[in-house]
Amino acid sequence: MKKRAVVSVVGKDKVGIIAKVTNVLADNHINISDISQTILQDFFTMIMIIDIQDSSNINHLKQKFEPVEKELGLNINIQLEDVFQAMHRV
Amino acid sequence: MPIGFTEIQETIRMVEMEHLDIRTVTMGISLRDCMDSDFDKLKENVYKKITHYAKELQTTADQVAEEYGVPIINKRIAISPVAELLGNASKQQVIELAKILDDAAKCLDVDFIGGFSALVHKGITKGDQALLSALPEALSFTERVCASISVATTKTGINMDAVASMGSIIKRTAELTKDHNSIGCAKLVVFCNPVEDNPFMAGAFHGTGEGEVVLSVGVSGPGVVLNALKKFPNADLGEIADVIKNTAFKITRAGELIGRVVAQRLNVPFGIMDLSLAPTNAMNDSVAEILEEIGLERVGTHGTIAALALMNDAVKKGGAMASSYVGGLSGAFIPVSEDNGMIRGIEDGALELSKLEAMTCVCSVGLDMIALDGSASEETIAAIIADEAAIGMINRKTTAVRVIPVIGKKQGESVEFGGLLGRAPIIGVSSFSSEKIIQRGGRIPAPIQSLTN
Repeated sequence: MKKRAVVSVVGKDKVGIIAKVTNVLADNHINISDISQTILQDFFTMIMIIDIQDSSNINHLKQKFEPVEKELGLNINIQLEDVFQAMHRV
Repeated sequence: MPIGFTEIQETIRMVEMEHLDIRTVTMGISLRDCMDSDFDKLKENVYKKITHYAKELQTTADQVAEEYGVPIINKRIAISPVAELLGNASKQQVIELAKILDDAAKCLDVDFIGGFSALVHKGITKGDQALLSALPEALSFTERVCASISVATTKTGINMDAVASMGSIIKRTAELTKDHNSIGCAKLVVFCNPVEDNPFMAGAFHGTGEGEVVLSVGVSGPGVVLNALKKFPNADLGEIADVIKNTAFKITRAGELIGRVVAQRLNVPFGIMDLSLAPTNAMNDSVAEILEEIGLERVGTHGTIAALALMNDAVKKGGAMASSYVGGLSGAFIPVSEDNGMIRGIEDGALELSKLEAMTCVCSVGLDMIALDGSASEETIAAIIADEAAIGMINRKTTAVRVIPVIGKKQGESVEFGGLLGRAPIIGVSSFSSEKIIQRGGRIPAPIQSLTN
């Protein structure tokens, strides 16, 4: 079943973060439907909304992000969007 | 309305920094159809039924936690009160059954299985008696089996004969497990007004009003509440209540969503959401620290009960708005050994047994994970249970006693239970005897509060 997930990327600002992170998504044929990014207290923070076909793919995608996390010292999280809807919308 | 940047960050911070987690998903399983006149057949039925229904519990819960990014700490099983299955079983057979339950828990990789229980608040049947006689051995021969005994309710009064037995059972269990800091007692709860759908251990069992199988959820999040409060150092108490309420709402919504997904994937009905704040020994994951943040130098000092009443009520109000099916105990759990703030309160001399008793008047549960001087007599332990049962009976609420008389340890020393159960300073008991009131036996009649019809 098609679902939306939130990818959050936090780490020290560096050249190439967006390129490398979005490359992983493109390589895995994942569409980004929304993206926002800011620098908070020297920390690069990016949040993307992505479309995924099957929620069990999240594990797979997390593994794909691991090399990028290591290389650039990032913390990348992927969570189904429903949890944010439940917590912040009535 | 799309979810905002700050909202996403808030959720991520709650999980990453403030220990937001689902404390437990607990599968309740009825074992009533497992009864058989042949005890070996009964054991086989029990093992098969539990391992069949809960086969996927662990993997499904882990998968859902992964997808939603909210950890599920414990996966547990609650079963029908075992005394109901026993009939004419002997003590030895009951111990064997406890071992079977332990094996089932190990096979499923769940850390606790609750429901080695008997409801004896009015009288004791043959099956109940078999379970009570087997308790000390059963708790010392098994690792993961949790027992709970109901000795009182508002409707029936207090069965003081059962209370007296529990004093000696606790003492005997402590003796049998004295090489491991009397840890057997940490798996035994004595209840007044127990609830049938509590997902938290050690007091979980699958009550008689429940269906074949059900999945219930207990959330946690003292760290989240604490951090939320830290942002309002000068707010008045009305605003404090509001902050707690809002936070409890969010935590509960996340918990219910995830509980429902797990239930749906396992194809079992969703039961209830238990709105309890439950601490862990992790840094800043303490209920006591919330009370201190409200304005106490140390938990246990004057004002503790007021702060606790405010907090507990605000959690309930926020949670009740967030979930349609609230149940279980839904109050504050403050197991002493599992809460760093409570441990510090006792070590600093701010928190005493009498204050702990008073705290149970305004929050659910009771004297939880309290390490007592190992020389406390069985009558004294029974009398502690009787006091707590009286508080529950008169106030129409659940109270419980889970105390550990640590054999060989004295007041001022400390004991390490390890893992989830934490560590605790030893508390002394009164040097005056309660022997006579326990020896009298009989039942304390149901209070006038019970005559509601």
